[in-house]
Amino acid sequence: MLLIDCPFCGKRTESEFAYGGPALAPRPDPAALTDAEWVDWLTVPPNPLGWVEERWWHARGCGAWLTLRRHTVTHEIAEVRHGR
Amino acid sequence: MVSVMQRYSALSLLRHALNGHRNWQAAWRSPPLRDRYSAIIVGAGGHGLAAAYYLAKEHGITDVAVLEAGWLGGGNVARNTVTVRSNYMRDESIPFYVRSVDLYDGLTRDLNFNLMQSKRTMIDVLQTWGMVRDRRRRRLIMDIYGSTYQDISVDELRRRVPLLTGGGPDSRLPILGAAVHTDASVNRHDAVAWGYARAADALGVEIHQKTPVTQLLRGPDGAISGVETPRGTVRAPIVALAVSGHTTTLTETVGLRLPLRTINLTAFVSEPVKPALDVIVNCPDLGVYLSQSDKGEMVIGGAPDLGQSFRRDIKQGVFEHTVAMLLELFPAFRRLKLLRQWGGHLDMAHDASPIVSKTDIPGLIVSAGWWGGYKAIPAGGAGLAHLIATGRPDPLTAPFGLNRFRHLDYVVETGTTTAR
Ligand SMILES: Cc1cc2nc3c(=O)[nH]c(=O)nc-3n(C[C@H](O)[C@H](O)[C@H](O)COP(=O)(O)OP(=O)(O)OC[C@H]3O[C@@H](n4cnc5c(N)ncnc54)[C@H](O)[C@@H]3O)c2cc1C
Ligand SMILES: [Zn+2]
Repeated sequence: MLLIDCPFCGKRTESEFAYGGPALAPRPDPAALTDAEWVDWLTVPPNPLGWVEERWWHARGCGAWLTLRRHTVTHEIAEVRHGR
Repeated sequence: MVSVMQRYSALSLLRHALNGHRNWQAAWRSPPLRDRYSAIIVGAGGHGLAAAYYLAKEHGITDVAVLEAGWLGGGNVARNTVTVRSNYMRDESIPFYVRSVDLYDGLTRDLNFNLMQSKRTMIDVLQTWGMVRDRRRRRLIMDIYGSTYQDISVDELRRRVPLLTGGGPDSRLPILGAAVHTDASVNRHDAVAWGYARAADALGVEIHQKTPVTQLLRGPDGAISGVETPRGTVRAPIVALAVSGHTTTLTETVGLRLPLRTINLTAFVSEPVKPALDVIVNCPDLGVYLSQSDKGEMVIGGAPDLGQSFRRDIKQGVFEHTVAMLLELFPAFRRLKLLRQWGGHLDMAHDASPIVSKTDIPGLIVSAGWWGGYKAIPAGGAGLAHLIATGRPDPLTAPFGLNRFRHLDYVVETGTTTAR
């Protein structure tokens, strides 16, 4: 079970949170991109054996959306920040 | 070199018993690794081995090496809950899974290997109106393609699954009804891997265990030229990846990014108990499903772990949640002892449908996105073999090309067993 250090509530277990998917870069203007870049932004998340950035919602706590930096092999969490 | 496969039968069992079982032939060879083949398949899981078999059998292509990092059938093919079914959502998906279920039904005979195929029926226990609607929608499409769903009442459900005593009118999520999928089966996972391996080997395909691919290789023209392994470079004009969960790990060695995320799925089994459950019970609202194995163990699966994960263990939180959900419907299982728990990692495509496809790199083919792909091994293997042999997809896997992402023409699927 992950222990997520919410900036507002302190260390809370994963069961208080809802997962919100990979943290994407802000939505670009599709008209300013090539088709390949647009498809990439929409569909291709980084999938490393290593660090990913992802969104977690403290639904059963303070209600804030957090961004985590988490390791996909060890589950270690290196950073928790409010917002993006 | 083609060996003559020793056929298994009651008679051969008897004959070998008289000789004290000393003369059984090895089920497959371990030939030396050559430095060149017509095609390389990476991954000796269900999909890689099935593709090797159909390549040899249907297309006559036997100059093929299957390269496996660990041991044959040691990946997800041996770690899953063996639920074979075709109750999917989309016009593209259902015919593919109907075909795969059909192939499984004839596979014991085809491979001359007892898969212990057991038609079980799956019953979905519906506890929210959203899920009732979801199943009704599925049924409309399934009816077109010959897959089956029937509605049954709560009384009929309790008659057919006497152990299911929870979910009453005063519970958190009272049961509203159930949907019966008679096509579903379970079988023996090791036998699927071993059966395909033995039959492919007998047709001349080489299987090389303990041969991890560390790097894909491209020629000066940009096309795939082979793979790097600790046992040396192996060249081939066609390389097909069937590495379940590690697809992007390998494609990134040649700079190819794919719309895949790797996730962890888990399962656990109880001590063996007397026969008590003759169907697969699926509780999609709770995120748990179970069946009883021939040995008597309750085989229990849960929902995927949230977030990307390359782990093969089970997260305590997922385990506890799955057990708690199970006990809501099966309170008698409070006294059941659990024996083993494990997980596996699989990749899931952006639209949750599989990918059987050529890539932007000529000669490089991927079969991926199989996060519920045990049921898909026969039809997926046949489709991958067709693509390797002819350069074109067969009709059933054609919808699952990478091009669908290029055109943002997703085939959006969703979990059937543990949709959350
Ligand atoms: C707990 C759990 C329950 C599941 N339940 C079901 C179910 O009930 N029904 C269902 O249909 N599906 C289920 N699945 C999914 C199913 O197991 C997979 O979709 C399917 O097994 C994947 O295809 P495969 O058999 O080819 O994979 P695998 O058996 O994983 O084969 C891939 C092989 O590639 C090898 N490999 C990886 N990297 C390399 C490399 N670099 N070089 C060489 N070899 C490499 C691996 O060692 C492995 O042997 C479940 C999965 C899990 C984990
Ligand atoms: Zn909080």
